[in-house]
Amino acid sequence: MKITGNVWKFGDDIDTDLIIPARYLNTSDPGELAKHCMEDADPEFSGKVAQGDVIVADKNFGCGSSREHAPIAIKAAGVSCVIASSFARIFYRNAFNMGLPILECENADGFRTGDKLSVDFDTGEIILLEAGKSYSTKPIPPFMQELVRSGGLMKYIEKRIQ
Amino acid sequence: MGMTITEKILAAHAGLERVEPGDLINAKVDIALGNDITAPISINQFRKIGAKKVFDKSRVILVPDHFVPNKDIKSAMQAKMLRDFAKEQELTYFFDAGEMGVEHALLPEKGLVLPGDLVIGADSHTCTYGGLGAFATGMGSTDLAATMITGETWLKVPEAMKFIYKGELNPWVEGKDLILYAIGDIGVDGALYKSMEFTGPVIEKLGIAGRLTIANMAIEAGAKNGIIAPDDITEAYVSERAVREYSFLTSDEDANYAEMKEYDVSNIEPQVAFPHRPENTKGISEVGEITIDQVVVGSCTNGRIEDIRSAAAVIKGKKVAQGVRLIVIPATPYAYRTALTEGLFDIFLDAGAIISPPTCGPCLGGHMGILAEGERAVATTNRNFVGRMGHPESEVYLANPAVAAASAVLGKIGGPDEVLK
Repeated sequence: MKITGNVWKFGDDIDTDLIIPARYLNTSDPGELAKHCMEDADPEFSGKVAQGDVIVADKNFGCGSSREHAPIAIKAAGVSCVIASSFARIFYRNAFNMGLPILECENADGFRTGDKLSVDFDTGEIILLEAGKSYSTKPIPPFMQELVRSGGLMKYIEKRIQ
Repeated sequence: MGMTITEKILAAHAGLERVEPGDLINAKVDIALGNDITAPISINQFRKIGAKKVFDKSRVILVPDHFVPNKDIKSAMQAKMLRDFAKEQELTYFFDAGEMGVEHALLPEKGLVLPGDLVIGADSHTCTYGGLGAFATGMGSTDLAATMITGETWLKVPEAMKFIYKGELNPWVEGKDLILYAIGDIGVDGALYKSMEFTGPVIEKLGIAGRLTIANMAIEAGAKNGIIAPDDITEAYVSERAVREYSFLTSDEDANYAEMKEYDVSNIEPQVAFPHRPENTKGISEVGEITIDQVVVGSCTNGRIEDIRSAAAVIKGKKVAQGVRLIVIPATPYAYRTALTEGLFDIFLDAGAIISPPTCGPCLGGHMGILAEGERAVATTNRNFVGRMGHPESEVYLANPAVAAASAVLGKIGGPDEVLK
């Protein structure tokens, strides 16, 4: 599995209230949530982000609440992958359960908004296309990739039951 | 090599002799919990894959507490989903209307989460129950859906960090200050993926309310769980309310810890966490002049009757400062009624406070006390992220109930000694 997209760069400790503020949690509709994705970190984000783009952040991305609305909002906004130096654990789990692939990359702090990159989930290789620089990360294990390909944990369970 | 209490609980629920950090296990779950924000997604998932029955109707608990009493039509629809599902599935424990309390204050009080349990909840503060000696961790709605069907969940055994608290507590220092101090020390990702175990003579003397407060905020350091070994104090609390059998497990002396931290609490004064991270802590004497617009006493962190009493003791006979709104939210019907019968409501009402029914409400910027642009609040809650209690340009300072009450009287952040002198 491979993706290519433009980078939107954020800093340390991007919490779930920045990803999707609680004032919008009276719905779980992905389209509604996408409209407010990253709103308190960058109010224009949902208007600027394009299908396939990549969010890159520094340490502890997704800290705070257990709201699955966070990866739902990011995925529904069209983001194909999140790369960060580290992730908060509930977000990490939720992202895969929602079918949103995420990668830990210790060099993520060097990426900038506007960079174009490609990610190969089988090898864990990230390539900054204009600079031609390559970064290796721990690849996503096959069963987690299967979660993503299936569209999340429930679809994966459903397939196994049948 | 011995095992930690966390490892023992996980091994017992996975049917294994022993587990080690990094092991992936499939574990049986004692209690699976959801609320009005997270459970609607779980219920939709449950229905979508054609599941018919929850694994055990006495072990799936739903508490609509976040946007309840319903703040708008959409919130009412979410609460109704829980109500309908609870009825359809004949859930033994569904807490609606007058029985509803903030979930993590309510479940221990009802004897529904117990020492030795493995609890998962679609709410990050599920880790609260570690204060009783349970392994409890927050997950997402989809994980909850899977557990509602199977009664199981997969977990990675976390590495452990040990926190030892020694020395004599200073006046007005409560469980809240002990956990804020630790978060200030290690940072909001200082325990990422790890288990935080709280020990030492200070913890051994601390009451259950303080222990629940400490475990509650383990997530604010990124931890998977926070835990305190059960003892006589735990036994006295759970024996009169437990609905099931429970088991006391403790860490072996030769258990393995990735990291140890030792604190002399005689150096710890009441703590205030500045915006916008719980790690931005200062001692009350270092705060300086910070005027405030609102004070909130409540939440799963500090909304128990002990917390309400602590705030009342400071504010008794005093008035809330001009221009400050003090909102007191007893977290459960028990806390509410007890505060009423003990005359604490008179104290708060005489002071000019607002008393709210149990709800998570303003803690997450839901309702019942939202901040306007540029406003500042002192809150006994758990998070001070950007926009957490309302406008993205508002600010939240975290503190214990006594400091919150004192600040309400002073109109600026300050300690109880300034009010009671």
